[in-house]
Amino acid sequence: MAPVTMLEAIRQAMFEEMDRDPAVVAMGEDIGVYGGAFKVTEGLLERFGNERVIETPISETAIVGAACGMSYLGLRPIVEMQFIDFIACCFNQVTNFVAKGHYLWGAPAPMVIRGPSGGGVHGGPFHSANPEMYFAHTPGLKIVYPSTPYDAKGLLKSAVRDNNPVLFFEHKFLYRRIKEELPEEEYTVPIGKAVTRREGRDLTILSYAAMMHTSLEAAAELEKEGIAAEVIDLRTLMPLDKEAILASVKKTNKLLIVHEDTRTGGIAGEIASLVCENAFEDLDGPIARVTSLDTPVPYAPTLEEHFLPNAAKVAAAARELAKY
Amino acid sequence: MSQSSNGAAVTPVTRQQCLDLYYYMRLNRAVEDQMMKLFRQNKIVGGLYSSLGQEAISVGTAYALEKRDWMAPMIRNIGALLVKGVKPRDIFTQHMAKYTSPTQGKDGTSHFGDLKNLHIVSPISMLGDLIPVMAGVAMAGRYLGQDIVTMTWIGDGGSSTGAFHEGLNLAATQRAPFVLILENNQWAYSTPVSRQVPIRDLAERGRGYGITSVTVDGNDAIAVFEASRAAVAQCRAGNGPVLIEAKTMRMKGHAQHDPAEYVPKAMHEYWEARDPIVLFEKYLNANNLWDAKAKQEIEARIAALVKEDLEFAENSPMPPPELAEQGVYCEGCHKIEAEWHRPKSEVTPPKSSVEAAWKVKDFGGIEASASGGNGASARAAAKSAQQSAAAAKAAPAPARRPFGRGPKGKRGGGR
Repeated sequence: MAPVTMLEAIRQAMFEEMDRDPAVVAMGEDIGVYGGAFKVTEGLLERFGNERVIETPISETAIVGAACGMSYLGLRPIVEMQFIDFIACCFNQVTNFVAKGHYLWGAPAPMVIRGPSGGGVHGGPFHSANPEMYFAHTPGLKIVYPSTPYDAKGLLKSAVRDNNPVLFFEHKFLYRRIKEELPEEEYTVPIGKAVTRREGRDLTILSYAAMMHTSLEAAAELEKEGIAAEVIDLRTLMPLDKEAILASVKKTNKLLIVHEDTRTGGIAGEIASLVCENAFEDLDGPIARVTSLDTPVPYAPTLEEHFLPNAAKVAAAARELAKY
Repeated sequence: MSQSSNGAAVTPVTRQQCLDLYYYMRLNRAVEDQMMKLFRQNKIVGGLYSSLGQEAISVGTAYALEKRDWMAPMIRNIGALLVKGVKPRDIFTQHMAKYTSPTQGKDGTSHFGDLKNLHIVSPISMLGDLIPVMAGVAMAGRYLGQDIVTMTWIGDGGSSTGAFHEGLNLAATQRAPFVLILENNQWAYSTPVSRQVPIRDLAERGRGYGITSVTVDGNDAIAVFEASRAAVAQCRAGNGPVLIEAKTMRMKGHAQHDPAEYVPKAMHEYWEARDPIVLFEKYLNANNLWDAKAKQEIEARIAALVKEDLEFAENSPMPPPELAEQGVYCEGCHKIEAEWHRPKSEVTPPKSSVEAAWKVKDFGGIEASASGGNGASARAAAKSAQQSAAAAKAAPAPARRPFGRGPKGKRGGGR
């Protein structure tokens, strides 16, 4: 099999899930004839028809609300946000209606909300966001943010089959930049499990999505200097794989968290707290973090590059931490 | 068979249907009267929202649904819940936050549902969100071949939310079998409808989405039922959605804490004289649809049911504290399976496959621009406006619909 992009892997997951189960339907803006703004859903309409590939008005609240209603009859809708930034338009529907139904009145909502997220492509302040933490803070939602084509395909399949609403973030910087050979046979990747991308003994770098690749780049640089960094890819932010995080910290005794989300209220703060509560005595240095600035995502390349983390920033933070 | 106002033949409302409507309206009021007492005894944990004076809407609309149909009530639709098969004990225990309540104390009031048996979706407090949700239930029901109609309610206040408009627009573009009942009870908390919506008939909002929209007297149980029955039939025939505006009055404050002193006294009196239950009793009397014995039997049935369910609620425990930790996710506790009433082969390849191309009915332009543009279209529009104004002058005004059922012998069609 030829290597495929992350975008193609996501497309394959949708095709295979819709082929496997006619209860799976797709809904969103421009996802049919046009094939979606990034062409993730290209070909779906031809194969599955208008009843299963539903083109909607520009109406995020209606899309998510209707998907939730569909899920109550046992359908498993996959909803596309044209850009994940636009999920803010249906914040109430997601956080108050979809997320709380199972806890409050025993109504599971098996649905996926997926869409392109993240910066680094000069999309400007309204097409570059990482809004995962608004939702990680909402009990009842699962948050998935893969970094590789293999994981994207396997996790999207798991998300479709999950009985809970899953928010599936697709980093658009990775859409066509990362390629990987995928198994021919059917597979899934479990939600809620982190994976070790690189073994190391000196410190742990925890990351996800595009920053996972940045972290690996930094780790390669650090290796030349004799620092062996372990790189862990969270893959799922909610539920968080606490065991994997704590196990690595207990092994390396130093923790650096890297995310593209802005600093204050990012997942790094939560993980730092988790480690302090559960592995404080295993730490040999302060928990460090490299994140984006606490600003909107700026447009100009010079500004955006300054805003985002990069391998040099990660390596610099790791060097400081390694001194302890 | 009699004739409806649009000339279509309609089935008359039977005596049994009339007695059912009466029973549920009375039960609705009895349950709420009882909850008032519980509130005064400090046994209701949170707020209590009265539907006094709006019972004809809750009951008359829900009574038009079949068992397989789906509904999502709002806070003042206790009557709709009762019609759909919810027991008074569920309403009492919900308000008292008991462990035996449908949500086991996790939410209160009418915030509960039943996916499997009664097909009720729970409301949330943010107004309008149920509209896209029930549009989605309707779309899914059609997809699965279940032949269901869905219904939800919204108030005059809620009709200004984005979710209302997004949901109605999606339902309209999808021609979803969905009935939206817009209860215009004149007040959104303390703000009169005139300060919320710059139109008098809120059914106009539905017409903006190109869907059938009608206005009925919300205190006339038979008018509400007939309009709802017609709407449900229209949706089942594939011509939904339909919006029904039911004009009524919220006779109490927003909730029990609110004395509603902002409501002009004369307005309250006007509506007090139009109590839907009193009006309906007069109708039953005038048409010899019951006698004193039948009335007593209904009252005794309701009293016994309310007493029994109240005892159940009062004797129920509060939930154990640790329940608070449970149930955020479905971890296999629900088996989720769609119920197919059509062959799956219709929605799987090769049968599902289509050509990915748009077919457009017209090109969306204004024809006058073909004859030169440069103001031609504006002149044409002005001319056509003049013509339609003249036509409107010539057309007779629609017959005014009287309050209640009007004097005997002069009632509108379909009664």
